[in-house]
Amino acid sequence: MIDPAISPATHKVFTGDSTHHQDSMGEIHEPHNGHHEHHKENFITKYVFSQDHKMIAKQFLITGMFWALVGGLLSVVFRVQLGFPNQAFPILETIFGKWAPGGIISPDFYYMLVTMHGTLLVFFVLTAGLSGTFANLLLPLQIGARDMASPFLNMLSYWFFFMASVVMMASFFLPDGASDVGWTAYPPLSGVKESSPGASAGMDYWLVGMALFIFSSLLGGLNYITTVLNLRTKGMSMAKMPLTVWALLITAVLGLLSFPVLLGAAILLIFDRNIGTSFYLDNIYINGHALPNDGGNAILYQHLFWFLGHPEVYIIILPAFGLVSEVLATNARKPIFGYRAMILSMLAIAVLAFVVWAHHMFVTGLNPFVASVFVFLTLLVAVPSAIKVFNWIATIWQGNIRFTPAMLYAIGFVSMFISGGLTGIFLGNSSIDIVLHDTYFVIAHFHIVMGVSAFFGMFAGVYHWFPKMYGRLMNNTLGYIHFWITMVGAYMIFWPMHYMGLAGVPRRYYSFDAFQSFNMFGGLNQFITLAAMLVFFAQLLFLVNFFFSIFYGRKLKTQNPWESNTIEWTTPINAGHGNWPGELPTVHRWPYDYSKNGEEYIPQTTPLREGETGGH
Amino acid sequence: MMSAAANNNRFHPLKFGLWLGIASIIMLFAALTSAYIVRKAQGNWVEFRMPPIFWLNTVVILASSLTMHWAVISFRKMKENTFRIALSVTLVLGIIFMLCQYLGWLDLGNRGIYIDGNPSGSFVYVISGVHAVHILGGLIIMAVILIRSFIKAFNPNKITGVEMMATYWHFVDVLWIYLLIFFQINLS
Ligand code: HEM
Ligand SMILES: [Cu+2]
Repeated sequence: MIDPAISPATHKVFTGDSTHHQDSMGEIHEPHNGHHEHHKENFITKYVFSQDHKMIAKQFLITGMFWALVGGLLSVVFRVQLGFPNQAFPILETIFGKWAPGGIISPDFYYMLVTMHGTLLVFFVLTAGLSGTFANLLLPLQIGARDMASPFLNMLSYWFFFMASVVMMASFFLPDGASDVGWTAYPPLSGVKESSPGASAGMDYWLVGMALFIFSSLLGGLNYITTVLNLRTKGMSMAKMPLTVWALLITAVLGLLSFPVLLGAAILLIFDRNIGTSFYLDNIYINGHALPNDGGNAILYQHLFWFLGHPEVYIIILPAFGLVSEVLATNARKPIFGYRAMILSMLAIAVLAFVVWAHHMFVTGLNPFVASVFVFLTLLVAVPSAIKVFNWIATIWQGNIRFTPAMLYAIGFVSMFISGGLTGIFLGNSSIDIVLHDTYFVIAHFHIVMGVSAFFGMFAGVYHWFPKMYGRLMNNTLGYIHFWITMVGAYMIFWPMHYMGLAGVPRRYYSFDAFQSFNMFGGLNQFITLAAMLVFFAQLLFLVNFFFSIFYGRKLKTQNPWESNTIEWTTPINAGHGNWPGELPTVHRWPYDYSKNGEEYIPQTTPLREGETGGH
Repeated sequence: MMSAAANNNRFHPLKFGLWLGIASIIMLFAALTSAYIVRKAQGNWVEFRMPPIFWLNTVVILASSLTMHWAVISFRKMKENTFRIALSVTLVLGIIFMLCQYLGWLDLGNRGIYIDGNPSGSFVYVISGVHAVHILGGLIIMAVILIRSFIKAFNPNKITGVEMMATYWHFVDVLWIYLLIFFQINLS
């Protein structure tokens, strides 16, 4: 981007010079808008090893979409077994061979499917795909920076993610298959190679894949934080940042502090599996013989895992908070309600996220007094969550709403987050959780509050910022169809699971043949499976819409199609590397001046009018 | 643009990034050492003494921090040769640290404390081993900068990289001292 001949030492770094040196920067960057004679970009540096944050965002998005498709397909396959237990579908044998003998999914394969479904969606789609896409796309654009603090590390972050993806993909083709020990990879199952087919080589691949993944998110995260704290353009004080930026910043801090703990857990697990240590293993008999491991403690792993695991769920949902806040305010043509409360509640959630992990462990023999402390802290999370929900509703209340597909998804997000958050309050009470733990109630809770909600946030983000990414618009009609099927379908899938969970149906069971009492749910299970298939196929509409629109979508005619205030819409429609052709924009006001003093919207770059204060 | 960073009061972005990286390494060791404490509290725990050579190690790495500081100062004063010498000495001290670390592990083995024995021993191997990996990373960075200083003309603009290398090295030094205190308290 900057001509190496001008300043070799700075080639890798965009320092926070915007306030002082924008004129000279502007000059350097002038040629970027149109032709690139300056800067010999070829296919490889432009599309493959790109250091442009906008291209890296697209790489994360498309890789994430690929994994969403794979992960979603896995769930359709295991739902077949749950909906139609032991019924033969010869096509399954055709596709999966020995894993579905006689057209019935084998139990080992079933566990492989659920494990990889969870791993891929939690980490590869809703963490890397979501944060990776929107932190890369929006952070520099919304704070007025030319790129990330270190475009090079940013590129590495994507390629570590890519390598992690390759390793995970390869694990499917191992003779004994991919990991089948659950996405949480609890020992002893995950610690002993003979415990199940996928616990051998599949689990090794899983661990390597996750280690690469953790490295990728650490590189990404430290870049995001550095960028937001150091590279904001003139006038962009922290209190004028869009909520997307706040959300992505807090997400990155959470990741930076929690992923290393997962790495620690994984290191100990790797030693147990390969070196013969006994961190987690103790007194295990397998196939009639005793393992030498002595003195380990499997619960230790759970503590380490959930110390990451709980922040991880907020790493997934916080970016969605940010995207949704932005989309709601823009399309309701109203300022976000309670800007400061929104930021403070995200900070509160982030702090609390580190002190509630044991609510996943109420049935591990936790001391009841300790449990009561965790109950208290867990229930506290409901307060900032409720504040956010209240503010979103207040934001659209009496707004002049534009029902774009993005807006529908943002509203759908609020609905889903309420439904799923309420069941969290059930689970947060240890006395109730002892009954509900490891039942379908938990599945319903976290799919609605995390899985579906985060997807809705992501869809809102993609529909809304697609024009910024590709200079074209997505098709609205397909967007509406996609939304309504997904919205109704998601409730059809997950709502009934609450009843099953309350009746005690356990999660992670291959079949319920042996339990007379659960036979009554046979019909419901079929219904859920069919709904899951419907929703899965509805996503193909989105994929078609997305890829078709990249090439043939209606071309964007104005820079700012949603009449939004944030500064990413002041860049040219197809901005080059460096984002703004001339000077970086100067920011004068917060991003939510919608319908103020009779003006429909006032971009952040508009100087304050007489008698106006910059604030909210 | 480098000068821009100096002009303006904000932190140099890459240095800031390094501190964030350090924060995540701290979390890694916080996780490992708290796992140690949690596990120790549950009994079935073989007691043994810390290898005495870990004290020698501490002296070595403290000395290497001093020579690292000397290297940075020489770089700032543009004394190229002194810089090379100081950095070489630091590198050698770092390698001695790794050797002592290895001797410490041998010592444990001689006393019957093996990595695949009781977790009390495994933890010491793994925690000091993960620390050694971070030392190794520092040694590789030092080697690269040292080789570059021999084959490329002296470039004062490279000070940021040198300072970041030093920050990292002082960090792994302090980290070791934390681990030493931790071991000293727990292994006695
Ligand atoms: C009011 C807020 C919330 C409360 C009180 C709450 C509480 C709980 C509790 C107690 C559990 C453990 C249930 C069990 O295993 O027996 C749980 C599971 C879970 N929650 Fe929440 N939750 C809340 C919000 C969220 C949010 C916002 C997310 C994600 C964005 C989330 C994601 C999850 C996940 C992924 C699990 C289960 C993981 C597993 O066992 O595989 N929760 N929640
Ligand atoms: Cu949790």
